[in-house]
Amino acid sequence: MENKEVLLTVKNLETHFPVKGSKKVVRAVDGVDLTVYRGETLGLVGESGCGKTTLGKSILQLVKPTGGEVFYYFPDGPKDLRKMKNRELDAARKNMQIVFQDPQSSLNPSFTIYGAMSDPLKKFGLKTKEERRKHVGDLLEEVNMHRDYMDRYPSEFSGGQRQRIGIARALSVDPELVVCDEAVSALDVSIQAQVLNLLNRLKQERNLTYIFISHNLSVIEYISDRIAVMYLGKIVELADADDLYRDELHPYTKALFSAIPVADIDYHKERILLEGDVPSPMNIPSGCRFHTRCQYCIEKCKTEDPEMKSYMIRGKEHQVACHRSDEFVEAALAKDQAAAPERPENPIAKAAREAEEAGEKAE
Amino acid sequence: MAGESVISVRHLKTYFYTEKRCNKAVNDVSFEIRKGKCLCVVGESGCGKSVTASSIMQLLPRLSRIEEGEIIYHTHDKGDVVLSDLGKNSKEMRAYRGKNIAMIFQDPMTALNPVFKVGNQIAENIRQHDKCSKAEARKRTLELLKQMGIPEPERRIDQYPHEYSGGMRQRAMIALAMSCSPDVLLADEPTTALDVTIQAQIFELMTKLKEENDTAILLITHDMGVVCEMADDVLVMYMGNVVESGTAREVLKNPKHPYTRALLASILVLGKGKDQNIQPIRGMTPNPYNRPPGCQFEPRCDFACEACRERMPDEEVIEGTTHMIRCCNWREACKNDGE
Repeated sequence: MENKEVLLTVKNLETHFPVKGSKKVVRAVDGVDLTVYRGETLGLVGESGCGKTTLGKSILQLVKPTGGEVFYYFPDGPKDLRKMKNRELDAARKNMQIVFQDPQSSLNPSFTIYGAMSDPLKKFGLKTKEERRKHVGDLLEEVNMHRDYMDRYPSEFSGGQRQRIGIARALSVDPELVVCDEAVSALDVSIQAQVLNLLNRLKQERNLTYIFISHNLSVIEYISDRIAVMYLGKIVELADADDLYRDELHPYTKALFSAIPVADIDYHKERILLEGDVPSPMNIPSGCRFHTRCQYCIEKCKTEDPEMKSYMIRGKEHQVACHRSDEFVEAALAKDQAAAPERPENPIAKAAREAEEAGEKAE
Repeated sequence: MAGESVISVRHLKTYFYTEKRCNKAVNDVSFEIRKGKCLCVVGESGCGKSVTASSIMQLLPRLSRIEEGEIIYHTHDKGDVVLSDLGKNSKEMRAYRGKNIAMIFQDPMTALNPVFKVGNQIAENIRQHDKCSKAEARKRTLELLKQMGIPEPERRIDQYPHEYSGGMRQRAMIALAMSCSPDVLLADEPTTALDVTIQAQIFELMTKLKEENDTAILLITHDMGVVCEMADDVLVMYMGNVVESGTAREVLKNPKHPYTRALLASILVLGKGKDQNIQPIRGMTPNPYNRPPGCQFEPRCDFACEACRERMPDEEVIEGTTHMIRCCNWREACKNDGE
């Protein structure tokens, strides 16, 4: 894809939190470089405590970053959100919104749905109450809810419904970028599907850009165009969704993928068991931050922090931060040549191919 | 002998009572937990999975009661013991609980006592059941912690739960549960609060225990991936009923009940990419105080008929298998399968 338009670039972003009573800091986000293109869904995946949520909030300036730059490409050119004054930032927020994880605590229980959604509308142009009520009603209908629900309180809704209200609220000012922070994690699986399908539909209809944060790789794989894998405050690998699953390059990504129980009884993948736990972000290991748990660790990893390197695999960009990435890329390409059809074929493509073959036979 | 049943649950009914209302949380559930096998109970939140496990342990809250049915524990030496007839705090029940039947809870932070050292909590259980000296109990505790893969057990044994990480706390809980080599291990969502890489470690450990000690495991989960990974037998629950059960292969490869099928159609499978067509289940789970009179899934089911509305269908076992389905229209639901 050549004509991708950049919406947001993040350069060397750092968010450190001071620790009370000590000189140490929690390095929640520790030097992240990222580019988000218009109209794409960027998945951000990692284990708890790796800084995914803080990164999402730092981009929107809901948490003030302590270093780096966040350029948002407004119609009149890119501007650094970090350097904006509060008033400018408020106006800019019209373009970027967030959907929170917990639909229970992100809606004020003492406000009706209309009450919760009307304030930003007042600020961004809808002056009369009739206009606002109509707008809120339209939004609720867009997320498959009845427009009369706007006068009800959050406690009257189920988890899935509340999450849809959260989405409607994020959309109320017609943003370009929506950060979905674990937007489906608190929901039962049968309801997850509903919200995921809704998010996909809204993206199509409104040409939205998502930054989708989740620890659930199956969800991330389904919804994202590109996926960034985070470990201890840094992005260790970034690639197209299909490519990341096919050729995981970073040892952490490999272990992460192999650890996930797959809902297919005939599926068996060799499991890479990681030793121990994630180190504390207050005390990040020297060198490569994954070296304490990595089975491919060499001397160099213990002292030098690897840079993000970019490779072209099958004509697509694949970024990875690992000292031994050259070897892994070679292995991935070799595997490709050796036995391409080894991995399970996409069922739809398979059905199409079989139909084609059957057709050929008939002829 | 593997395959022999250790615990039989027959027609268990556990009800909760609040303000003159009654929630039939578990309504006529029967199953067997077999030696050296893992039985997975799967279902959405509120379907009665955890209440079933608490009923076996007799750890139900005060407002609830086992209304009907039997829970039978097949001991090696004393023949069959009907656990549901024992008093909650009777001497016998306390002798079995923690020794022969042990439980791992979802959240290790609330299950472990924060004001006692982890080592002492484990040693307490050992000393309670196998009368032995303090030194002996400590030695066994140390051994257990080592087996569970806790680093530096000599130091960790004298630490408090808050000094452990989440994964380690769960390991300590498993150590506590395994301290008297139980016949049955009840695991109530043991990894829901943990990360996937830690979850993989815990499951590896549980599989090892199952294979080496022939422990029977009841694993409660809502994650179909976990079921595929761990289960020998599967029990699918919906609103207090078992709707489908059988071996893992029978249920997951050839699901017959409309609910199981809908549940499997609603989940994402890793590696299948963006072309998956996921179908949410329409509607939502009914209010437990205002249940449909017949089949609990009837309001959300595509194959519902008049008979479903009137009464819960009977259990039907496919001939020659252990595959049980509780639905009157499952044949219709599956009629397009062969094509």
